[in-house]
Amino acid sequence: MNELTIDATVNNIEAVTSFVEEKLAPFHLPVKSQRQINVAIDELFGNIALYAYNPDKGMAVVRVEFGDDPPSVTITFIDRGTPYDPLARPDPDVTLSAEQRKIGGLGIYMVKKSMDDVSYEYRDGQNILRITKNI
Amino acid sequence: MTIDKILKGKELILNLAGRLDATTAPALESELKAYIDELEMLTIDFKGLEYVSSAGLRVLLFAQKVMNKQGKMVIRNVNETINEIFEVTGFIDILTIE
Repeated sequence: MNELTIDATVNNIEAVTSFVEEKLAPFHLPVKSQRQINVAIDELFGNIALYAYNPDKGMAVVRVEFGDDPPSVTITFIDRGTPYDPLARPDPDVTLSAEQRKIGGLGIYMVKKSMDDVSYEYRDGQNILRITKNI
Repeated sequence: MTIDKILKGKELILNLAGRLDATTAPALESELKAYIDELEMLTIDFKGLEYVSSAGLRVLLFAQKVMNKQGKMVIRNVNETINEIFEVTGFIDILTIE
């Protein structure tokens, strides 16, 4: 079973990370790819935990699937919270000084830069965010 | 994540190990807030650190802004994954990495 349904809370990021690591273990990914995926989980599941149902609580689904051509892993994050497309926001200005910096948007920007594909759709009351990494 | 600290007068060294992410960043933030007002030199050693997410970047930015005003902050032993994160986000130009 490659799907985990879990309370969308910051405390559960670790459980989601372990779940995905376990599914990826047989594929022996390069350490760097595994770390990039873990960062993406922190950003995306973390966003769901903080914002999707705020101020209420809800569940999220995390699904792990593998593709052959090219060899890849796709991780899908699904919630039934407020419709929100994180890919629609403009990329942050990464040239600003420390004093001028804002952190908003950096997480999703890092995910876009480190994954091979990122897509979003809203369907049947669900936010569906997919990330794909070639392995 | 574990945080080992060495405090020598106005210098603080933090040795981090594990993952600096949404779950662990608050612990680093509270360690820093407990000491940072008195510091002239802050060294954060990443030797045992696997990766940093945006929650960690937020705390590093906070520390860098404070230390810009009152002294120096240095980050040591950055691995390839984290170095790429610093490059992509432009933090490579904000932080001092040794």
